[in-house]
Amino acid sequence: MNALVRLGAWSLNGLRRLGRGFRFLLQVIWRLPGVVMQPRLFTAQLYSVGVLTTQIIAVSALSVGMVLGLQGYNTLVDFNAEASLGQMVALSLVRELGPVLTALLFAGRAGSALTAEIGLMKVTEQISAMEMMAVDPLRRVVAPRFLAGVISVPLLAALFSAIGVLGGYLAGVGLLGVDGGAYWSQMQAKVDFYEDIVNGVIKSMVFGFVASWIAVFEGYDAVPTTEGVSRATTRTVVHTAFAVLALDFVLTAIMFGD
Amino acid sequence: MKRTYLLELSVGLFVALGIAALVFLALKVSNLAQVGVTDGYHLLARFDHVGGLRVRSPVTIAGVRVGQVSDIRVDPETFEAVVKLSIDPGYRLPSDTSAQIYTAGLLGEQYIALEPGGEEDYLGDGDEIALTQSAIVLERVLGQFLFQKAAGE
Amino acid sequence: MDVDDLVILEDVHFSHGSRRILTGIDIRIPRGSVTTIMGPSGTGKTTLLRLIGGQLRPDAGRVVVDGHEVPALAREALFELRKRMGMMFQSGALFNDLNVFENVAFPLREHTRLPESMIRDLVLMKLHAVGLRGARDLMTSELSGGMARRVALARAIALDPMMIMYDEPFTGQDPITVGVIMQLIRRLNDALGLTSIIVSHDVAEVSAISDYLYVISEGRVLDHGPPEALSRSSSQWVQQFLQGRPDGPIPFHYPAPDYAEDLLGPERAS
Repeated sequence: MNALVRLGAWSLNGLRRLGRGFRFLLQVIWRLPGVVMQPRLFTAQLYSVGVLTTQIIAVSALSVGMVLGLQGYNTLVDFNAEASLGQMVALSLVRELGPVLTALLFAGRAGSALTAEIGLMKVTEQISAMEMMAVDPLRRVVAPRFLAGVISVPLLAALFSAIGVLGGYLAGVGLLGVDGGAYWSQMQAKVDFYEDIVNGVIKSMVFGFVASWIAVFEGYDAVPTTEGVSRATTRTVVHTAFAVLALDFVLTAIMFGD
Repeated sequence: MKRTYLLELSVGLFVALGIAALVFLALKVSNLAQVGVTDGYHLLARFDHVGGLRVRSPVTIAGVRVGQVSDIRVDPETFEAVVKLSIDPGYRLPSDTSAQIYTAGLLGEQYIALEPGGEEDYLGDGDEIALTQSAIVLERVLGQFLFQKAAGE
Repeated sequence: MDVDDLVILEDVHFSHGSRRILTGIDIRIPRGSVTTIMGPSGTGKTTLLRLIGGQLRPDAGRVVVDGHEVPALAREALFELRKRMGMMFQSGALFNDLNVFENVAFPLREHTRLPESMIRDLVLMKLHAVGLRGARDLMTSELSGGMARRVALARAIALDPMMIMYDEPFTGQDPITVGVIMQLIRRLNDALGLTSIIVSHDVAEVSAISDYLYVISEGRVLDHGPPEALSRSSSQWVQQFLQGRPDGPIPFHYPAPDYAEDLLGPERAS
């Protein structure tokens, strides 16, 4: 009985948060045209959200690509099919690993920082002060950060896939002696621009939208105490991971299902 | 002022890098660059069986890619597969060129290999390749082998 | 109704969830005065400022600022009104991604289209008024608590408002800083023709600079009057508060069962 009551309370609370989240999202989207009018604010956010995330993206992509190259080679060589290494590396990266890992890394590096920053602005009454100065914090603080995230993630995901493919080349061709021409030509033969690349980019756009939404919402909705902000930061990372993985399954089923 | 300059520069670099990565994916990783071969001239070839040939499968001469398959359909009267090839206009093919469907490696993709003949005339846009050899279907080969074996005993 | 009252609160009720914070507050703040609202911590003093600023809506009662019914104002009208109100938050609430100069320039950049040279002049004037013209290039993290509040004050007067609200301006400051802020509040009020509302529990400081005092507790006004009149208040409670006695109408002990019974009572047995 008690467990049922708790489950009910938990679900209701979750629904309420979801409702607040959607209303918040609409309010932010409504203010996006204003962001375009103030490109300077937006540029600054693109720096802290996008530029500062490239480092971890580049390092992770290189190592993921190299590992794919090594492992893929070990499996393919048994079938005398190591010439297909390029195709295997590229498809894994472009369709799945690029968008998904980028979104997860983004949540850890930039999303959590966005939540903490907005949450701390709430704790230190900066948001309140802005309202009292007749400045809309959704337009001034939230909307530029949201848009920067939405734009950064697809670019970061493309960077991830590209660097990963080069990492696979380094490991497969450089270390293991796969033929370089075969690496590229097999890849080009089997990776379709519309089917694979465009779908991968669409995935990363969806992930970027969701990850940025969660990050700014958790920050803005955080309980304005030190503890509340730290909880919100954790929630951003966890919820983004759940959302991205669930959405990835749905999107994969729609895009590559048939 | 210097700070904003550096900030804008790095943001510009970031966006440029991201777009460059997209272009790299499109041109170097995927087949987008090869789609351009459809600008070439077209040849037709009839096969009894195309096996695993697909649209955008490569067309090669002596193992070098010179074009791609742009269309595959079935002739409603003869029930043969009619394959449309688009060939890079830089290659002119003698009229007695033959076409075969091969497989790249044991598990690889299927492609069309062209073997130019010795005629003086060249194939033009829309011409048909007369000599063709269909894809080898493993089950059919095995079936024939077993049949002959059984008949021989 | 007296038109000389800039801010009028009439029978204002406010509750946060099930917690009743204000239960029928009446306050009038005349133009040009420095008025202080005093009371123990947690009695809804900050809530009062937020009601005046329109960040919260009362459950019942009227909040009138300069003739406008604040709770009834649409968003645009409320923002117009807020441009004429300054507020100094307890922590200063400076934007920590901007330096001192840009913090003070913030409202000017947001609400005006003045040329850069004019903004510079205005910001330097405001910073000069609080004595921090030389600190313009510091980041907010390099400021002491008192300096942060002075910068916040400069930012609050950037748009030449008609009134300023101070949320606990003296809390946690050293005596010199307290003296500086006291002097600034009074001087700015008189020089710029402002109306000042202070929320505080520092009795000695506010008595020295205020024209009028309100003492509130548990959601209502206990007594009000000019400082010297209030010090002769007949209310035991007000006397306890003003003189800072540890025991009185507000007991030293949080409500608890009888001491002897609690020590020897049944809970111990269980």
